[in-house]
Amino acid sequence: MFPNTHSMKNFIQHAGAARRSFITLFLLLYPLTVFAHKRGGEAIGFASGFEHPISGLDHILAMVAVGMWGAQLGAPAMWVLPIVFPMVMALGGMMGLMGIKLPGIEPCIALSALALGFAVCREARPKLWIAAIIVGFFAIAHGHAHGTELPLGASGVLYSIGFVIATGLLHALGIAFGLVHRWPAGRIALRVAGAAVAMGGVFFLWKAISGEAV
Amino acid sequence: MRLRRPRLILFWLPLAIALIAAPSAHAHLMNTGFGPFSDGLTHLFVTPEDLLPVIALALMAGLRGPRFGRAVLFALPVGWLVGSAAGFLVAQPITLPAAETITIALGVLLATDRPLPLALVGCLAILLGLFHGILNGSELPKTSASSQISSAGISAALFVTVSLLAGQAASMRVPWARVALRVAGSWIVAIGLLMLGWAMRVSG
Repeated sequence: MFPNTHSMKNFIQHAGAARRSFITLFLLLYPLTVFAHKRGGEAIGFASGFEHPISGLDHILAMVAVGMWGAQLGAPAMWVLPIVFPMVMALGGMMGLMGIKLPGIEPCIALSALALGFAVCREARPKLWIAAIIVGFFAIAHGHAHGTELPLGASGVLYSIGFVIATGLLHALGIAFGLVHRWPAGRIALRVAGAAVAMGGVFFLWKAISGEAV
Repeated sequence: MRLRRPRLILFWLPLAIALIAAPSAHAHLMNTGFGPFSDGLTHLFVTPEDLLPVIALALMAGLRGPRFGRAVLFALPVGWLVGSAAGFLVAQPITLPAAETITIALGVLLATDRPLPLALVGCLAILLGLFHGILNGSELPKTSASSQISSAGISAALFVTVSLLAGQAASMRVPWARVALRVAGSWIVAIGLLMLGWAMRVSG
């Protein structure tokens, strides 16, 4: 994988072609409002789905932390964790949509920021499957919260597309920031960022436990 | 292999502009004002339920190599066309709950990037085409000859989409580009799971 076996020069050399592919793929996954196979209320589908993961700081912190931790762990964790998170999150979202109740969702979301931030701060290096289970466990809580909060009348498919793309972009942001790990000063900066995420998690956990609105 | 600029301008840029500029589709086929073939041609790009599994299948076939891409390139549009013809025979529009499951399955195949036999990939393309073709065909007006022309338009859109995506995926030589496509597969799985939850929510 490129962080270990390819130099930065090769990375930059191929970035142009890959960027174009990403843009095209993004556009294909970004259809405008449609009324084909009408289910009603599609007008707010994509926008509300895209906004949802970025509307809460607790979600943002956790998802960026997943990317940072993956980048810190290096390949293959760098891409396995951001693959695991949206898939398991969607499973949680599906449970939320189906009305399956799960206890302690809000504290669990706050705990995810705390735990993932702590892992980045401590440069924790568990086995890949353990890291994937940790990330997957918290992803269920995030997905469930999103699923239960799906606005009435929104288009399921467009909401889902916006929701998953926003989540993926947050992971990508975390990975991009986490790549500073390769420099000594970057390693310290990453650990500090992890500590900041963990502190945010503590704040949200306290809010969730005390029942205060964030 | 790096993309050449003319290729970008001639193929990817118009495709991107067409996708961005596509107006909202009304009823089951959008009215482009350019006739039923254009209506069908545009239908795929404004119907994410149809487009997502096609993207997954095309990218998955492209990752397996040019032979797989070529198989899907012909099998999918033909299957879709045959499915549409079968769908015309259905009196009422039908909805099948397996549509989301197929999207999830194809997303998983793309995300896992496991080697598959050529025959299996060809069968998947035919099955996907038949399945979505029947859904499309059942929703089209039964009385008008323009419905068949619209179906031909959809198949033409499929041919172009698969050729572009599978060709792009097959030409990628950088290892991390392959990873990026697998990540896209995981996104399609996630979207499919949420669509399934949505379908269950509606029916429940």
